[in-house]
Amino acid sequence: MQVETGHALLTHRTYNRMVVSMQLTPDIDRVFGALADATRRDIVRRAIDGEEGVAELAGHYPMSFAAVQKHVAVLERAGLVSKQRIGRRKVVRTNGHGLAVARRLLDRYEELWRGRVDRMTALVTETKETDA
Amino acid sequence: MTVTAVRKDPKALTMTTTAEFDASPERVWQLWADPRQLERWWGPPTYPATFTAHDLAPGSRVEYHMTGPEGDQPRAYWDILEAEAPRSIVFRDGFANDDGTPNTDLPGTETRVRITDIGDGRTRMSIDSTFPSAEAMEQLLAMGMEEGLTQAVGQIDAILAEAVRSA
Repeated sequence: MQVETGHALLTHRTYNRMVVSMQLTPDIDRVFGALADATRRDIVRRAIDGEEGVAELAGHYPMSFAAVQKHVAVLERAGLVSKQRIGRRKVVRTNGHGLAVARRLLDRYEELWRGRVDRMTALVTETKETDA
Repeated sequence: MTVTAVRKDPKALTMTTTAEFDASPERVWQLWADPRQLERWWGPPTYPATFTAHDLAPGSRVEYHMTGPEGDQPRAYWDILEAEAPRSIVFRDGFANDDGTPNTDLPGTETRVRITDIGDGRTRMSIDSTFPSAEAMEQLLAMGMEEGLTQAVGQIDAILAEAVRSA
């Protein structure tokens, strides 16, 4: 399993700051909460292929089946993965061909650009006042 | 509100933002072309950007890092694909490793900026952002990567700004 200490720290810090400083919409809170853990991020990545069940996923991590099952449940509640039946097997799959995720990402991207445009406007206004 | 329209297409993985400024195209171009001005708006106040290499000539690589509240400094870059002052810039935005080399594990976005004179001393700027694939977007979220975090922080700023406006 990949170790991404830097990313994990960044996620934790930012997530904590978000939670403390501002109640964001529950949806985003839940998504960030779910992704604020290296194992869960790894599960989301593995489940993009949608070929493994919880038991197979559990084989990748040095923890109990129950612990992995709990991680999967957190991801399910955040809408990031779902369990799907393929024949007799139940596999964990990252959701919605990316559409739900894409929508969330685009929403955040929109906020990012709105913030940038606000700052650009402030900058343009400021230089105008200096010139005047 | 200076943002006049935002169009999002989750299927095509694109977003277009349109904004209008009470300024000339040259003035709006300067916001991109002058790294010191760029630094004042690219990153949110909690994650300011510092540009360490900045040349908008096609084929150039623009390099920058953000500085987080805890001193973390994620590095990123733009590869300039096209540029024509003061009208357009096209670049691919990516993340870099600690040594500054492009991190090819993380997906990037392609951004197309168009700056148009709409008369009466006003200028329209449109930003087309294209994400490479739904899988890449999933990966982007799965990594909890900097851009995602920056967006979240940007959102906090937007909410704060909203609160100030309505107060």
